[in-house]
Amino acid sequence: MHEMSLMQGILDSVENAACEAGAIAVSEVRLSIGQMTEIVPDAMDFAFEALSPGTLCEGAQLKVTMIAIRSKCNVCDHEFEHDRYHWGCPKCDSLATELLAGREMYIESIEVEMSDEEPQSGQTDGRDAIVVNAVTEPLSCAGERA
Amino acid sequence: MELELAQPILDLNDRQAVKNRELLDENHVFVLDLLASPGAGKTSSILSTIDQLRDKYRIAVIEGDIASDVDAQRIKQYGIPAVQINTGGACHLESLMIKRALDVLDLDQLDLIIIENVGNLVCPTDFYLGENIKVMILSVPEGHDKPLKYPGIFQASQAVILNKIDTLSVFDFDEQLFRESVARLNPTAPVFPISALKGTGVDAWAQWLSQRIDSVVQGGSMQ
Repeated sequence: MHEMSLMQGILDSVENAACEAGAIAVSEVRLSIGQMTEIVPDAMDFAFEALSPGTLCEGAQLKVTMIAIRSKCNVCDHEFEHDRYHWGCPKCDSLATELLAGREMYIESIEVEMSDEEPQSGQTDGRDAIVVNAVTEPLSCAGERA
Repeated sequence: MELELAQPILDLNDRQAVKNRELLDENHVFVLDLLASPGAGKTSSILSTIDQLRDKYRIAVIEGDIASDVDAQRIKQYGIPAVQINTGGACHLESLMIKRALDVLDLDQLDLIIIENVGNLVCPTDFYLGENIKVMILSVPEGHDKPLKYPGIFQASQAVILNKIDTLSVFDFDEQLFRESVARLNPTAPVFPISALKGTGVDAWAQWLSQRIDSVVQGGSMQ
């Protein structure tokens, strides 16, 4: 049940990013999780429900996209998707395979509600999305928001 | 409005783990992260490994437990430096906890640090601590079907120790089936059957570990 500690980290990062962009609330948090990790989506939902009240994420939707496990055969170069239990190459039966995808754990993006004021930082990417680096200055505006 | 983050969830953990790795590399210290369920014999296996390797390497142990320091006391009684981390309920160790333990160890006087992770076959798998290798222990009484139930940890480990083989005769444990299941999940991982209590088989495991340590400690003061 490490989802609680993972979710606390996610909420901290999301709040920080939203706050830096000048958002007043977060309406959706989108995660990508590889199926080879030990993360259980239901436990993430539970942790989000338990930890988000009182944060900018209160009332927000959590969307978890699971990423399929994909490997490459080192003998015949075949790339294939598989479950957590079957690692052999379906083409040549070799067990010499290399994991290409399935261990990801990412906060992909968040949907935020802005106040009427201009964002405090961040830059546009040409559309209406603001790209911010959430980790360079951890919790830098936690005080400003209080 | 959408904000693109594309940020690793374990970003803070992973970045601290990389710093741990850099610090350990500077000091030519090899780190083994040992994973197993509660009662699999982690501390006993560490002690029997120390028996095999203490003449060759300078060893310290980092003990991760939810509470108590009984494991660290056992190691210290053996004359080996030990740092106890109490996670206070957390089911796994994180890289910052390891950093704090590294801070109180004399790294330039060490070649090998063994981390005994919190007893758990699930959560520690996802956390990089800065270790060189993860190795797991399964004990005979737990049953040969565990690779089917916990594929993640078997897949993430570079070797699998099968402990308590002295009890094979009283448990319904099919070693061949176990080996086949491990091989399907992790074909390159060797399986080392041992009895930590009796010392059986520990030499083969210690020899394998020693080869990995030598490739890292090379250039260090032991060479």
